[in-house]
Amino acid sequence: MTALSATRGVAARLPARRYLIALALAVWAAGWALLRGHDTFALGGAELTPLHGALNEAMDAVDDSRNSNPLFLYFINYIRLFIDQAVTAVQALISQPALGRPVPVLGWLGVTGLATAVALLYGNRKVALLTAAGFLSFGALGLWQESMDTLALTLTAVALSLAVGIPLGIWAGLSDRFNRLVTPVLDFMQTMPTFVYLAPLTLFFLIGPASATVATMIYAIPPAIRITAHGIRQVSSDTLEAGTSLGATPAQALRHVRLPMAKQTIIVGVNQTIMAALSMATIAALIDAPGLGQTVLKALQTLDVGTAFNAGLAIVIMAVVLDRVTSAASRRVEVQRRAGRLRTTRGRRLEVAGVLGVAGVLAYLSYTYVWAAEFPVAANAGPYVRRAADAASQWVQDSLVAYTDAVKNLLTNQFLNRLEALLTGTPWWLVTIVAVVLALLVGSVRAALVTAAGLLLLVLLGLWQDSMVTLASTIVATVLVMLLGVVAGVWIGRSDRADTVLRPVLDAGQTMPAFVYLVPILGLFGATRFTAIIAAVVFAAPVAIKLVAEGIRGVSPTTVEAATSAGASTWQLISKVQLPMARSAVTLAASQGLIYVLSMVVVGGLVGAGALGYDVVAGFSQHQLRGKGLAAGLAIVVLGIVLDRVMRAATQRADVAAHGGPHHK
Amino acid sequence: MNDTGRFSARDTQEDQVAVTRSGKVRVAALVTGAGLLLTACGGAKVGETGGTASAGGSKGCGTFNLAVNPWVGYEANAAVIAHVAEKQLGCKVVKKDLKEEVAWQGFATGEVDAIVENWAHDDLKKKYIDDQKVAVSAGPTGNKGVIGWYVAPWMAKKYPDITDGKNLNKYASLFKTSESDGKGQLLDGDPSFVTNDAALVKNLKLDYKVVYAGSETALITAFRQSEKQQKPVIGYFYEPQWFLSEVKLVKVNLPPYTEGCDADPAKVACDYPPYELDKIVSKKFADSGSPAYTLVKNFTWTNDDQNLVAKYIAEDKMSADEAAAKWVADNPDKVKAWLPTS
Repeated sequence: MTALSATRGVAARLPARRYLIALALAVWAAGWALLRGHDTFALGGAELTPLHGALNEAMDAVDDSRNSNPLFLYFINYIRLFIDQAVTAVQALISQPALGRPVPVLGWLGVTGLATAVALLYGNRKVALLTAAGFLSFGALGLWQESMDTLALTLTAVALSLAVGIPLGIWAGLSDRFNRLVTPVLDFMQTMPTFVYLAPLTLFFLIGPASATVATMIYAIPPAIRITAHGIRQVSSDTLEAGTSLGATPAQALRHVRLPMAKQTIIVGVNQTIMAALSMATIAALIDAPGLGQTVLKALQTLDVGTAFNAGLAIVIMAVVLDRVTSAASRRVEVQRRAGRLRTTRGRRLEVAGVLGVAGVLAYLSYTYVWAAEFPVAANAGPYVRRAADAASQWVQDSLVAYTDAVKNLLTNQFLNRLEALLTGTPWWLVTIVAVVLALLVGSVRAALVTAAGLLLLVLLGLWQDSMVTLASTIVATVLVMLLGVVAGVWIGRSDRADTVLRPVLDAGQTMPAFVYLVPILGLFGATRFTAIIAAVVFAAPVAIKLVAEGIRGVSPTTVEAATSAGASTWQLISKVQLPMARSAVTLAASQGLIYVLSMVVVGGLVGAGALGYDVVAGFSQHQLRGKGLAAGLAIVVLGIVLDRVMRAATQRADVAAHGGPHHK
Repeated sequence: MNDTGRFSARDTQEDQVAVTRSGKVRVAALVTGAGLLLTACGGAKVGETGGTASAGGSKGCGTFNLAVNPWVGYEANAAVIAHVAEKQLGCKVVKKDLKEEVAWQGFATGEVDAIVENWAHDDLKKKYIDDQKVAVSAGPTGNKGVIGWYVAPWMAKKYPDITDGKNLNKYASLFKTSESDGKGQLLDGDPSFVTNDAALVKNLKLDYKVVYAGSETALITAFRQSEKQQKPVIGYFYEPQWFLSEVKLVKVNLPPYTEGCDADPAKVACDYPPYELDKIVSKKFADSGSPAYTLVKNFTWTNDDQNLVAKYIAEDKMSADEAAAKWVADNPDKVKAWLPTS
């Protein structure tokens, strides 16, 4: 530790750090010019290394032992049965014919009524209205049953994720050791592409709801754990000390201080868990998960953009409704905590009874009568949405293609190809040395060690060149995300009107399945790396924009007023006051943007990005390539962890430089 | 932190809240009343509709688990087989939407009974038919699969000699893109299909670079735009495929396939072999004596038949069931030949 801080001190004191960085880059460029094409580990699309073959055999061995291994016989089989039962029960309730009836237990009226009641009781009137409108729109789009199937699967996966995630999150919040242990595991779960474990999962949990639920949970549990832990940790030590001095045991402190104080944050975790689960709807459909994802994938087989958009729209609406209700619930908790408990229990009880009474009547009606059970066919506006989306997609592809081609060529030739040539053309050892030196200079010793280990691992995985191609695209995409993030984020952060107008667009960008807009952007940009970059930007920019906007809004109004009265122009205000003060939000936006970009690598592989994304997709599709697919998945995880650790170290260093010393917690 | 008992002592406040709440309760009661009124008005009750969901004489067929792989041609096969199995054999057909690899795994786990359009997959045959012995072949579907390199029809018209593979280098510069490093771009597609293209380019000494489009969607979009915008594209494609009825792509002829010319994937310098598409069923299903197995075994039809049903689905936007019903109604003789004789 002392050695660490000593080097950090030295590095910080070096006056010429900037020159050293420039020198490292110059060495790299010179090395590229002199040694181009040496030691670059090129590997063709269908070529394998011995490691890939070994991974393939290892996976086959696991397949074969499935029926004899006690782990399967006594453990996984029971988990599978339990999850299958849980999903089937929810489906019987809202989506699939059940109990010998031709319709589920609750029809559209009952489900809408109950959902609205929940929104009203835990949120407020506004979100209740939104919920009612949202649920009715599922029927109006002609997708009631599909939507309910998706909802059933999502809710089950979320409930199970929270049952596992919240206790683990509390543990991670209380124990530093467990937190350190679990963090890399969570990184792994979030960055490992789903395609890699989708096929093996069906061996363990068989084809059906259980596999789809487990696949969803793997992606949805990490936010639950992380955010819960964060909530437990951020409870101020003063409050805790007050509790301890009053003689509270640790268990009491947890129950009466930490948990209530962290409640709002935990609900934010619930919100993120729901969003993550919903984002798996389309991918889970590849292993026969029922619902809207199926509709999207089926439509894609015939390039039917209209139908895919219609189903994607239902997913967006579901995401927005669930997001707004959980956010409102979180705010309500916060308000109640601040104000003390205003509403008495009897008043609340009456309200609950009234609302549930109405919902109960609606549920009964939908149980009994056909008109309340099956959504009226006459109200189906789906065909109009489909036709409109089709027309829009056609128009975009036909009329914009001349311009988009030029933009694509310019950006690809000027930036992407050059960066890629530099990364793939230089010998691997030189790239590694330069990267380690850079990590040391902008970050820390630890970041440099992680970089060294990570890049060597890429070499061992046999996918060095593919990793460098993917890295180049990832860097370009992240830069674009940050450009958009800062520009739009500042705009939204400064103008409430822009916020109201743009927020639904951002939500749509985040939750609309990428498969829906792949066809039009393929039409515009062809099957290229640039198309993959655009898809990644569409998905990742909303997060960055939201985080930057949040930071800008968080700058204290008095500071802004002071600057304005001192005669600062709008530009000066933004560049000298608001952005610098929101710096931590901007760096957070960059690191989140990067993770989101990486999570689109596989989708990129579907539209021409090649490299690691294609390797993963091919591994999912062809038996002899699945070892390579697994290796490519691991390489994506390695890239994610290296980039994340370097970025974090750089942020920390910048913070230290700005505040004149490391702060202790 | 506080137990609620302490708050309930605050009578005044509670009463106030209770008063405002009671307004809401009244509304609730009204709505409830209205609901009950509606109940009285009635409407058809669930279960009264006389839904005959699962009629049809069950002849001991039971449940038939049919994998549906994600392309329209497959869906056409599956839709017709499912339709006949349901309507004429009284089976309960469960369609499972799965990628090929996952579908084959389903033989091992007992969750898939049949795959009804299989493109070679020799490695999977070895694993599940020869090694694990959980699957058996159920004969060809009658469809002939062709894999190769294709160009859009306008290109074949404008450059007639492009369809001879020997002339490809002459046109390489036409196919240059931002992805191809100054060479011609050969667009490779769906990773589900076998490709030797990288080796082919090398061994035929072509001035091309293979670019991996990564999905059928990307390939079809590229060819569609090629035809519409008159933009040169050459890429990997296959028949039967519904898109060929929209844009009739033209195949480029490479040195013809001869037995064994593709034995060493690294040295291959000939065209792809013709594929006999076949059906695979689980061993258990084959031994069960189910009439559905006989149906699958007997099922054969032509590329034209499949293309027609695929067109119903892809272009006329019929559901798979409607498309199958229409074809079956139009072709009773063909269907009859598939049915069990007893």
